Amino acid sequence: MGLDIRWPIGLMFTLIGVLLSIYGATVKSDHAISLGININLRWGIVLLVFGVFMLLGAIKGKKNPPSA
Amino acid sequence: MQPIQLQWIDYTILIAYVAFVLGIGWALSRYMKTSADFLTSARSIPTWVTGLAFISANLGALELVGMAASGAKYGISTAHFYWVGAIPAMIFLAVFMMPFYYGSKARSVPEYLKMRFDERVRALNSVAFAVMTIFASGISMNALAKLLNQLLGWDYNVALWVCSGVVLLYVLKGGLTSAIYTEVLQFFMIVLGFAPVVYLGLKDVGGWHSMNHSLQTVAVDPSALYLKDAGISYATNAWTSAWQPVLAGPTHNPMGVDWFAMIFGLGFVLSFGYWCTNFLVVQRAMAAKNMTAARNTPLVAAVPKMFFPFLVIVPGMIAAALMAIPDKNYRIPPPPISQESYTKAIAAVQSASPTDSAVAVKAVGEAIGKKVDPTRIASLVAANTASKLTDEQIKQGLYNSVAENDYDSVILSLVKRYCPAGLLGLALTALLASFMSGMAGNVTAFNTVFTYDLYQAYFAKGKSDHHYFWMGKVITVVGIVLSIGAAYFASMYNNAMDIIQLVFGFVNAPLFATFLLGMFWKRTTGTGAFLGLFGGIASSAVFHALTIAQGNAPGVKGGYIKVVSTFPSEMAQNFWLAAFAFTVCLVLTLVISLATKSQKTDADLKGLVYSLTPRTVDHNLPFYQQPGVVGVILLIVCVILNWYFW
Repeated sequence: MGLDIRWPIGLMFTLIGVLLSIYGATVKSDHAISLGININLRWGIVLLVFGVFMLLGAIKGKKNPPSA
Repeated sequence: MQPIQLQWIDYTILIAYVAFVLGIGWALSRYMKTSADFLTSARSIPTWVTGLAFISANLGALELVGMAASGAKYGISTAHFYWVGAIPAMIFLAVFMMPFYYGSKARSVPEYLKMRFDERVRALNSVAFAVMTIFASGISMNALAKLLNQLLGWDYNVALWVCSGVVLLYVLKGGLTSAIYTEVLQFFMIVLGFAPVVYLGLKDVGGWHSMNHSLQTVAVDPSALYLKDAGISYATNAWTSAWQPVLAGPTHNPMGVDWFAMIFGLGFVLSFGYWCTNFLVVQRAMAAKNMTAARNTPLVAAVPKMFFPFLVIVPGMIAAALMAIPDKNYRIPPPPISQESYTKAIAAVQSASPTDSAVAVKAVGEAIGKKVDPTRIASLVAANTASKLTDEQIKQGLYNSVAENDYDSVILSLVKRYCPAGLLGLALTALLASFMSGMAGNVTAFNTVFTYDLYQAYFAKGKSDHHYFWMGKVITVVGIVLSIGAAYFASMYNNAMDIIQLVFGFVNAPLFATFLLGMFWKRTTGTGAFLGLFGGIASSAVFHALTIAQGNAPGVKGGYIKVVSTFPSEMAQNFWLAAFAFTVCLVLTLVISLATKSQKTDADLKGLVYSLTPRTVDHNLPFYQQPGVVGVILLIVCVILNWYFW
């Protein structure tokens, strides 16, 4: 099927990752609930890294289309 | 459960997910040109995608909720549903069965049955399957709408129709490919949405070793957490060892099962019956782009499946461990109790006399309508007499003294405990995603079976492909509408879920015997398969009517004709039922096949039966891509996991 699934996965997690880490870095929320950790910032970065990783795969796949 | 207030960030994440899912459907719609594109993805999808979809189609939200519940109830033994009840069957499917499914060019499992046997077997299987998928998808949507209603305060009807509408849109646009792609998206959502909850939970309880330590006290006195009746005690490792308590016998493990039922009933009959014959999962592998990709699909799926217990069962174990540590101030939520009952119970506490606690306990228990912990009620009454408590304090005290657990809310209670706004949105989106893809998976399996195995086979033979393409879309809409109907049905009757699941059990238990004989014994005849299957289903119904699990009253739970035999637990009853139905189906099919003449020649059966099909040659593949080799490696890893948690 003409659509490489890595594009939507990569784009979505990059977007959510950016949103979550900015939210974690700027909005003062109660960290006590997450055991004193700024979990939004940390996990946002994890999602961002994953999203970018998927996007890189998609770009690489576009350059070298698999031989069916 | 008090409704949660979501922040804008939570809604943004939720909306982003829905937008991407709809976008995928839209992007795929221009590739949908034939009925094969729409219903079977025209066999074009790479292995890692079909592999993750394979696992994801099975990982519905009900499984997420149910596995956490079982983790609290039974501990690490719940992992047997993965390590015994899934991995071996998935490897068997990949190595031995996929060549027939994929190689026969059948478009569905019932179609394979028609090629191998005859129309009767196909009709029986496809009708049963179509009905089951509708109910499965209805149950899933009912649970989702109920959850949104309780958790966020949304209207049940709005939640049900909106979520079904989203599923309808993307399935209608992109067909099976759309469902498979969103399943992959959902897979990552679930893993990435729940991993932080597990991480925070483990940190809170003090790490893996502290959790196990705390679970030892749980095992010695499970009644302290209302997990079992008073007086029941297990060895300290009952929650933390997977095999020793099972080998010790049904009275020594919280599941109440014996090793034979576990290995034969669950590990062989139920597991192979589900993973190797259920079109919902097999369809994902059949959408792969070539034979190797199809065979590797279940193998790719087996890798995450093996480690899922750490994501879905460990939360339940964390919950039980937390509850056993008093200063963590956590309990598994009790079943929902209405505000009126609380008001009545608060009045009962306030008017109770501290000298006669038995009367107070009885009055409070009647007001709440649940079992209550007498010691806690007595101390609550005493505390209230010593110095007047506020209504809110009494309510909290009552909440803590309900001696019943609502295990299905374990996972949500942890999400609520640890997730701040933001992460909460992510976790809820993951949950929502898995409910919706549960519906999409069932509907895409339903429309394929209905269109090809019922409509094309019996109602409108030999029409143009355009006709079936169009019909597939109509059936998709019909499937969604029927699922909504099934959701209302499940919401109306408390017993509906139990009855539906019971019937699933009857139909599924004997099925693997039919496939096993059909694929590996060329002498099996259509009549033998049909009557054997029928006999198997009937025998499981009879078995159920004559047996019961300890503590259940005869009725929906079994024993409604006469109780001939009693099992230590419902799980043991299910495992033995499956083992019995399988054996009946196997013997009947064998005997009838020997007595009847086969309608098929050896030439007809080429590609459908093991002994008449040339072996798939894997020599041109590097050894690490050969299904046989990969299967053995995966089995070894699975054995190591079992050994580690012995």
